[in-house]
Amino acid sequence: MTSSAAKISVQGVTKTFALGRTTFTALDDLSLDIADNEFVTVVGPSGCGKSTLLNVLAGLEEPTTGRALVDGVPVSGPGPERGVIFQQYALFPWLTVRQNVEFGLRTAGVPKAERRRRAEHFINLVGLEQFADALPKTLSGGMRQRCAIARAYAVGPSILLMDEPFGALDALTRVKLQEQLLDTWSKEKRTVLFITHDVDEAVFLANRVIVMAARPGRVYDVIDVRWDGPRDEEFRLSPEFAALRNRVWHSVYHQDGRTAAPQPSTTI
Amino acid sequence: MSVLDKQGAGRRNPVPEKTPGTSADSDGADGSRSAPRRSPSGRRWRSAALNAVSVALGIAIWWTLASAGFKLPTPPEVVSRAGTLIDNGTLGKDVVASLTRVLIGFALGTAVAVPVGFLMGWYGVLRSLIEPWIQFFRTIPPLAIIPLAVVVMGIDETPKIFVIFLAAFLACVISTFQGVVDVDRTLINAARVLGARDAVIFARVVVPASTPFILVGMRVGLGSAWATLVAAELVAAQQGLGYRMQNAELYYDLPTIFVGLISIGILGLLMDRILLLAERKLTGWQERR
Repeated sequence: MTSSAAKISVQGVTKTFALGRTTFTALDDLSLDIADNEFVTVVGPSGCGKSTLLNVLAGLEEPTTGRALVDGVPVSGPGPERGVIFQQYALFPWLTVRQNVEFGLRTAGVPKAERRRRAEHFINLVGLEQFADALPKTLSGGMRQRCAIARAYAVGPSILLMDEPFGALDALTRVKLQEQLLDTWSKEKRTVLFITHDVDEAVFLANRVIVMAARPGRVYDVIDVRWDGPRDEEFRLSPEFAALRNRVWHSVYHQDGRTAAPQPSTTI
Repeated sequence: MSVLDKQGAGRRNPVPEKTPGTSADSDGADGSRSAPRRSPSGRRWRSAALNAVSVALGIAIWWTLASAGFKLPTPPEVVSRAGTLIDNGTLGKDVVASLTRVLIGFALGTAVAVPVGFLMGWYGVLRSLIEPWIQFFRTIPPLAIIPLAVVVMGIDETPKIFVIFLAAFLACVISTFQGVVDVDRTLINAARVLGARDAVIFARVVVPASTPFILVGMRVGLGSAWATLVAAELVAAQQGLGYRMQNAELYYDLPTIFVGLISIGILGLLMDRILLLAERKLTGWQERR
């Protein structure tokens, strides 16, 4: 259960919110481990606490009981080793793309020249070099999210926490950004926890899909995604993908028992 | 309050962005978003022309009413009176006196309102301590403070500047406070996860995010400052546009009253334009509808 080798270790985390006179259990005794450089997607019905899980790991919310460890150290508050990408992009609208990407570096006191260089690197990595001096209001949704990804990467986190980052995008942009994210990820490996409500997206991106159940929020199923080739259209259209998609789909939309599989909390 | 709120809300950009319309996303050519609208300079000319027409029409109506026997001076009478007042230096001195009062009161009001508004928005404790007083004084028209101010502060410039200060302060403080309270939580969280601590979040997120609100507050405050000026000059003033109009009233001197009114209107408009320009410069990043 407690594997000290895990990059992220969530140990018996319960999170309750007061709702008037009653309490709402967003997460119920949830445990899971994520290995270094693993890409884990979390999918589940709304209200299953997946965003709460991410916020706990980000240090934006404290668990009611239990704890979350990163590199064996309990999370207490946000930290630069954990980058967060929000669904609403959360770019600073008064800053240009470059200034947004440099924000975390400035905060960390990185000297100007170095800041420039690193920002440039990640702006190029997400393909926004032509828009480095543009304000967010002039960018499309997909470009904004790429900027947010570059901004998160620039601080040099070892973990990326992504909260439905492509949720507000149309289907075509979404597919394109998924491929670009994997491309970025393959060049700059990080441990990724990616929240989504889209089954296809969950299967396409992940090494491992965690399916959550709601009321109370808990791990319902864990599905390994094995695919040796590159994650491209071939994968997306393969029978293996279809089978995995089926499996995850059933897990998400037909949750009858308390759990579908024995609660797995060890890394693969 | 409701007026303020509406103005504040109108300035704000809709928080979640529109979902991007198309897939033409990463090919880079779509960044400029050049919607097929009228060219900006064309639009500006058009609106300037309409403004001019409107002003001309207003003067025409005024002239017609004056000729039709209403108790109004005609435009030429007002212009010639303005000429006289300019020539003998009265208007210049009055403008300087009034402008000085408004500017000092307004500058002090804003200078105090912005930090107080920030503190109220940022610290719940201070909000609870300060807010009852602000709400209390908001219900009292600054003019009603004048008798008190005169008794306490005497009849020199101090009470006049004080009531103008109060008017500007009350308008600006609530807008600033609202701006700080309304800063998008997600932006603050985004700054926190990028490693920013409270001081940095305050300086680099809260201040820029609430700038549009502050500027709206300043514009409303400026309006209040001018509105309070005339009444403030009722009190033992020897100079000033408000005093001049008061004096003219005694002699049934309508043209002078008109000169005063128009001067105040023009000065207020000019100062508002300056603020509007600052607003354009400082908050051009906003997504406007």
